[in-house]
Amino acid sequence: MSLPVRTFDAMVVGAGGSGLRAALELARAGLRVAVLSKVFPTRSHTVAAQGGVAAPLANSGEDNWHWHMYDTVKGSDYLGDQDAIEYMCRRAVEVVVELEHMGMPFDRLENGKIYQRPFGGHTQDYGSSKMAMRACAAADRTGHAMLHTLYQQNLHASTQFFVEWMALDLIRDADGDVLGVTALEMETGETSIFHAKATLLATGGAGRIFAASTNAFINTGDGLGMAARAGIPLQDMEFYQFHPTGVYGAGVLITEGVRGEGGYLLNKDGERFMERYAPNAKDLASRDVVSRAMTTEIKEGRGCGPQADHVMLKLDHLGAAVINQRLPGIREIAIKFANADPIREPIPVVPTVHYQMGGVPANYLGEVVAPAPGNREAVVHGLYAAGECSCVSVHGANRLGTNSLLDLLVFGKSSGEQMVKAIRESPAAHKPLPTDAAERSRARLARLDSARSGERVAEVSNDLRRVMQAHCGVFRFPELLVEGVEKMQAIAARAARSFIDDRSRVFNTARIEALELDNLVETAMSTVVSAEARKESRGAQARSDFPERDDANWLKHSLWYKDGSRLEYKPVHLNPLTVESFEPKVRTY
Amino acid sequence: MRFNIYRYDPDKDARPYMKAYELALEPTDRMLLDALVKIKAQDDSLAFRRSCREGVCGSDAMNINGKNGLACITKLADLPAQVTLRPLPGLPVVRDLIVDMTQFFKQYESIRPYLINEAPAPERERLQSPEAREALNGLYECILCACCSTACPSFWWNPDKFVGPAGLLQAYRFIADTRDRATAARLDDLEDPYRLFRCHSIMNCVDVCPKNLNPTQAIGKIKDIMVRRAV
Repeated sequence: MSLPVRTFDAMVVGAGGSGLRAALELARAGLRVAVLSKVFPTRSHTVAAQGGVAAPLANSGEDNWHWHMYDTVKGSDYLGDQDAIEYMCRRAVEVVVELEHMGMPFDRLENGKIYQRPFGGHTQDYGSSKMAMRACAAADRTGHAMLHTLYQQNLHASTQFFVEWMALDLIRDADGDVLGVTALEMETGETSIFHAKATLLATGGAGRIFAASTNAFINTGDGLGMAARAGIPLQDMEFYQFHPTGVYGAGVLITEGVRGEGGYLLNKDGERFMERYAPNAKDLASRDVVSRAMTTEIKEGRGCGPQADHVMLKLDHLGAAVINQRLPGIREIAIKFANADPIREPIPVVPTVHYQMGGVPANYLGEVVAPAPGNREAVVHGLYAAGECSCVSVHGANRLGTNSLLDLLVFGKSSGEQMVKAIRESPAAHKPLPTDAAERSRARLARLDSARSGERVAEVSNDLRRVMQAHCGVFRFPELLVEGVEKMQAIAARAARSFIDDRSRVFNTARIEALELDNLVETAMSTVVSAEARKESRGAQARSDFPERDDANWLKHSLWYKDGSRLEYKPVHLNPLTVESFEPKVRTY
Repeated sequence: MRFNIYRYDPDKDARPYMKAYELALEPTDRMLLDALVKIKAQDDSLAFRRSCREGVCGSDAMNINGKNGLACITKLADLPAQVTLRPLPGLPVVRDLIVDMTQFFKQYESIRPYLINEAPAPERERLQSPEAREALNGLYECILCACCSTACPSFWWNPDKFVGPAGLLQAYRFIADTRDRATAARLDDLEDPYRLFRCHSIMNCVDVCPKNLNPTQAIGKIKDIMVRRAV
């Protein structure tokens, strides 16, 4: 099969926050860049981020990057790489101010500076009981405002977009270098090769491997599937963040900014139970801590409602003025999805899958790194990753709220800068494509075209989500994990035999969902296998049989390979770039 | 519940047709999008766009019983027993409920939807008072779903010449931003019998906007500013 080849200096796969930030760097440098996206850029999931983006601007009280760095290391349960965390926190002010200059409609203080609110786990003075005002916010629509601003700037920079194109597979040559991607144009059903000197994966997370998720339908781990199929390991995939406040029954996110503004959680006795679990930070402890506390309350019979299966988020005491000014989107969501107007009544909430801390292993310059003989972190030439699909790792075992929007700005920018540098230093001509460049994609599409019977894609993917939900939850149990691995193996086999009825070439969304299922399988498998193998509790991984963190044996990153579903491990970077290391210690809030 | 859905696949259909689907709803099916996802699980050939499922990405705009809206925040309980779904009116149909939005986005791009300020940027943020920021509320929240422009008769007639309510709302978003320095150029660009003045205050845009925004009011404000600068 010979496919049309389109040639660019750089490819960006995904047009959410990190992809658009990187594309801006590339387009402004005058390079030929193509941005591929399954959806129109402003439909990317960054749009759903609510509460804020972290930066120690110190607009409301003292703050600095050292404190932010400490909070992030502690929040990560010491699994975060401290060089990358220092890098991110030191560039936070720069990237947020830059975004303001681009037109981002941040809320304002009386003195005209950017409004900042407190958020979970962000403190003053290295974990004191005083919360830092670090979350820069545009009401509770920060992600929407950010994504639109970045898209607008890309229009200004004349970035070339390929909208409603789905990337299928990475193209690697015999040296292991990445030379671009294969991609499917949804409107025509045509497949093309995008040949590039540098390719960035900015495809977001895979929250859709769980039945109850705050994530959009499109969050199917496409970049992770592409990397895994190309022989690149996935790092720390056991760590999925359960956000404490998803709307009960609907999964839609209610920002932690509600608690930042003064809201709190209640059990069925009307007790503010977080006071028992986190005496200092209370409802603003980090997300893993709050989600476990909520799950414990529910398990011990103190949940609300007829099934005693959720808790309540109270914010009516903030008053209509604060709610309408600072949390208008939340009010809209609560009325629509919970039939509750938060000005008058509490919102029923449950911990809900929200964010993938793991991903494609990358350094803080955005370069993808994988073990090679003699080097545990050898750069995969031509491949970069940024945002939720990457594991840099700044979030370690648990991400702090507002650090995801910061992550995508900082590493979107740094990967863009690094790609510009690499392209300028590279020879004028592209490396030749291997003859079998499109073979993997061709085989996947051919299988779908020839399959006339079997199980429907929707059935298999719904089962996958149910298995992950039941076997890989807030608390993890040894028998359930072992069983979960077996069930996922069965689902992977079923996925390989699934079929679709739709034969059309034009906007065949059934085909897209079938191709997404391949990516869900790789992501879910890596998650459950890595979780089963890690015999400790750390951050978002809480095991009943190993309830403590075990730094002697498990202060290390997991690396899952698709080939044989094999695991390797590599050390955590405990040494920051310029400051003293934060030694692991007991984590309390 | 019964759903009559517009179907058209240019790959095999000579012309569009309506197809009926019966669906037994469960209590967990709250929104129209939940029903569409269930129908698609039975008939995977039904094509529609969707993503965030919470009314913030703007993917699943469609015509629901004659009125444009987002499937993901349209409650099933608020719909009659018979629901008719068609693609957004006035734009070419790609397939089923999916329309070609090229013309819509072209108009959005035509208003230069980005902050223009050539002055050297300060080291820290540009200052803006809470009141000046407040002026952007009701403008910046647009999700580009196209419910408004595709409900506008003026846009139906002149989609290539009239910017339409969504684009004009964004034009005013930048005019209203105290940090933007291109107001005069923005007004010059709109001072045209078609681009701005094809709006006849029919207000369908206000009626359908799923985010409760008011493009007609924004258009009125642009016209006011034009009148004031002319005298």
